[in-house]
Amino acid sequence: MEGPLALVVGILIATGVYLMLARNLLHYLFGLILISNAANLAIFVAGRVTRAAPPLIPQGMEVAPEPIANPLPQALILTAIVIGFGLLAFALALITQAYKVLGTLDVDTMRIAEPVPPKREQSS
Amino acid sequence: MMGAVSDREGRVSEQATPGRWISLISPIAPAIVTIILMAHMPDISAGKEFSFGVTWVAALGISLRFYIDGLSFLFALLISGIGVFVAIYAAAYMRGDPDLRRFYGYLYLFMVGMLGLVLAGDLITLFVFWEITTISSYLLISYNNTSAIARRSALQALLITTLGGLCLLVGLLLLASVAGSFDLLQILAAGKTVRANPLYLPILILILIGAFCKSAQLPFHFWLPNAMAAPTPVSAYLHSATMVKAGIYLLARMHPVLAHTEYWEWILTCTGAATAAVAALAALRQTDLKLALAYTTLIALGTLTMFLGSDASAAVAAAITFLIVHSFYKAALFMVVGIIDKQTGTRSLNKLGGLGHSMHITVIAASAAALSMGGFPPFLGFIGKELKYEGALAVASEPALVATVAVFVNAVTVTVSGMVAIKPFWKKKPQHLPSVQEAPIGLWISPLILSGLGLTFGLAPDLIGGGLVEPALSVILGIPETIKLKLWHGINIPLLMSILTFVLGVIMYLGLRHMRAWLAWDFRHAPTNADEIWDKCLDLLKAFAALQTRILQNGIMRRYLTVIFTTVSLVLAYALIRGGQFPLEYAWPRLNLKEWAALLLTVGGAYMAGSARKPLIAICALGALGVGVALIYLFLGAPDVAITQLLVETLYLVLVAAILPRLPVFNPGRKVIFRPRDATLGAILGLLVTFSLLAVLQTPLDSPTTEFFEKTSVPEAHGRNIVNVILVDFRALDTFGEIIVVFTAAVAAVTLLGHQLRRGKQ
Repeated sequence: MEGPLALVVGILIATGVYLMLARNLLHYLFGLILISNAANLAIFVAGRVTRAAPPLIPQGMEVAPEPIANPLPQALILTAIVIGFGLLAFALALITQAYKVLGTLDVDTMRIAEPVPPKREQSS
Repeated sequence: MMGAVSDREGRVSEQATPGRWISLISPIAPAIVTIILMAHMPDISAGKEFSFGVTWVAALGISLRFYIDGLSFLFALLISGIGVFVAIYAAAYMRGDPDLRRFYGYLYLFMVGMLGLVLAGDLITLFVFWEITTISSYLLISYNNTSAIARRSALQALLITTLGGLCLLVGLLLLASVAGSFDLLQILAAGKTVRANPLYLPILILILIGAFCKSAQLPFHFWLPNAMAAPTPVSAYLHSATMVKAGIYLLARMHPVLAHTEYWEWILTCTGAATAAVAALAALRQTDLKLALAYTTLIALGTLTMFLGSDASAAVAAAITFLIVHSFYKAALFMVVGIIDKQTGTRSLNKLGGLGHSMHITVIAASAAALSMGGFPPFLGFIGKELKYEGALAVASEPALVATVAVFVNAVTVTVSGMVAIKPFWKKKPQHLPSVQEAPIGLWISPLILSGLGLTFGLAPDLIGGGLVEPALSVILGIPETIKLKLWHGINIPLLMSILTFVLGVIMYLGLRHMRAWLAWDFRHAPTNADEIWDKCLDLLKAFAALQTRILQNGIMRRYLTVIFTTVSLVLAYALIRGGQFPLEYAWPRLNLKEWAALLLTVGGAYMAGSARKPLIAICALGALGVGVALIYLFLGAPDVAITQLLVETLYLVLVAAILPRLPVFNPGRKVIFRPRDATLGAILGLLVTFSLLAVLQTPLDSPTTEFFEKTSVPEAHGRNIVNVILVDFRALDTFGEIIVVFTAAVAAVTLLGHQLRRGKQ
């Protein structure tokens, strides 16, 4: 099962990178979503996957009966999903605000922090 | 004594309006230091050593340690003693300057730095004080900060001496690692170990670069003449008597450890000889008195380096004696030039003349100092010069070279002595020069005393022979040495060389005009001078910085991202190739229908999101993808993750849907443009990630952490859902941190959107 998932991770990364390189900030944001999903899946796969039972211990037992899914990556992914949500929500707010102030979502024209060097301005 | 200095500093800076009293009491602190040192002179000449200090960085074996032996005593006494006269002179010279507080602050900072440097008993302590002198020297040279020339010269001095400082630091660290300690005493004792170590040569070269930059040896010499932009008291102090001697001190200090090898001998002898010879040629060309003196300082520094290259007793003794001689006459002569500048408004030889008829005392001071500089008997300079010739003949490697250079540069020094002490005073007075008054006592007293000391010590050389020269000599050579300084050595080769020097010097003085014409012609054909090369280097550096900024900091986010993704790809590819586990074969597992569905939903969602023309469609596609991923979690034993994923996905969709109407569509009225270059980069990175994951999967899973959680979940944490137990119990602090992050993001987002809402209302 790991092989197909690795392929899926690769596809998500490829699409995410493609989107992040676009000029439109919304595309960039969507690329970010894809890449965070890919990262979560990668952690999941790296901890090995199984179709077996979830990591739960039945009543009356001290230790779960083998085999169960690896609980550690799951815990990490849970954290990552929530943090990722925080990041994306903030990025969305930032993009909205940027559009309000600058009137564009084209990253190439957002040059307040790093203006075009004077030399180039003269030549163009 | 350091305390005394800083106390005074503190009181000075408390004063709201600095008055003239600062400059009037300024000689007190160096005078106290001098008196304390003088009181210990008998101990030092008896061979005693003092060491005291406190632990600084215990873990690294670094301490703030001071150490006084014959060598550091000699330097400390010169620094504080000449400091007294410089302070007296400065009080008169800087009179009326609006910024006296700043001047004295820098001057005292420098004095403290210099004393700390020569008294340091620990390599790191030494380096710290070394850099203090660099910084304070920068501040002093650029004291006239409205002058662009002063600023440029200061920056040049700073950059060169800092370059040397960095090399020195590396060299000292290597030295400490070889010797096993930062403590100077242990390093001095470890000379044989250091010289036998393969790191000896790097250590030697790095430390020598440090010393050469500071002491303005070829090819780092050009900053010193430029540093004459500083006020004259500073030039007299820093660039003749003290700071430039820091490098000489370092050479002398390291002599017992690093000398006695051919590398040391050849590098020092050749560099010193070359510096002295080049500086001598340049000195003859100068018409600015201060610049001419600056070049004779270079001559002196080159000569000192040349003699320290040898381990012959006579050569080292010559270096030490000449060091003392030079400090006296050079400080005095700089002060005299300052007086001339002050009284006439010019330092140019061509515009001066006839000053001797009105400035009777200045001319005495100037003549006495110049006679000492020229090495005429019975001045101390004569003894120094005789010793130099004796030392030159004793140099083992190249006595002929050293002796020739010594005679030539001394002859030039004789000429420059004449230029400084005869021409401005006794040449026919130019018509445009107004009548000149004698300077006030505050100006002429210091050079008079200093040049008088040159005469006194020349007549009674025992005053400094036993107390100063011998202890320092013993320290450098590592064995007790005795030396008898005397004026008359009988008729011997050094005396004949002296006579040759005088003849040559006088000839050059008489033929100065022709010499200048010849040298000017000669230098016009030289490729270019070091100062111009320096400027070109700086320009190149700036151009490179600008170019690099244009390429790397171009302000286009997509290029930054391209660089980042390309770098990640390269690193991954390198790791895969290096690891040698490129997983080319893989048995495709049998998937059931629901698993196929989840995978296809995910991939399809990704494709749609990548190619959607409208934001709404892209968001729907992302929603589908999120569900697909959630299903994958669900089918593979991670229901908790699946639930969270679905929840977050829903929340996110709601958020986007709420904000989307305020944003524009991607490409209104146009088709989506496919970008092959970005797609290629994405595909490459995606493939590499897939292969890396497969490579990871080939290595066995090492899961002690997982096993620990599985075993202890019920007995210790009393929870049956292991994932939850990890989150809220074993790694509860992580979860707490996560909550804080999400909360912070929420606050930030609300702030941003709230700002926008307020704007909307307005």
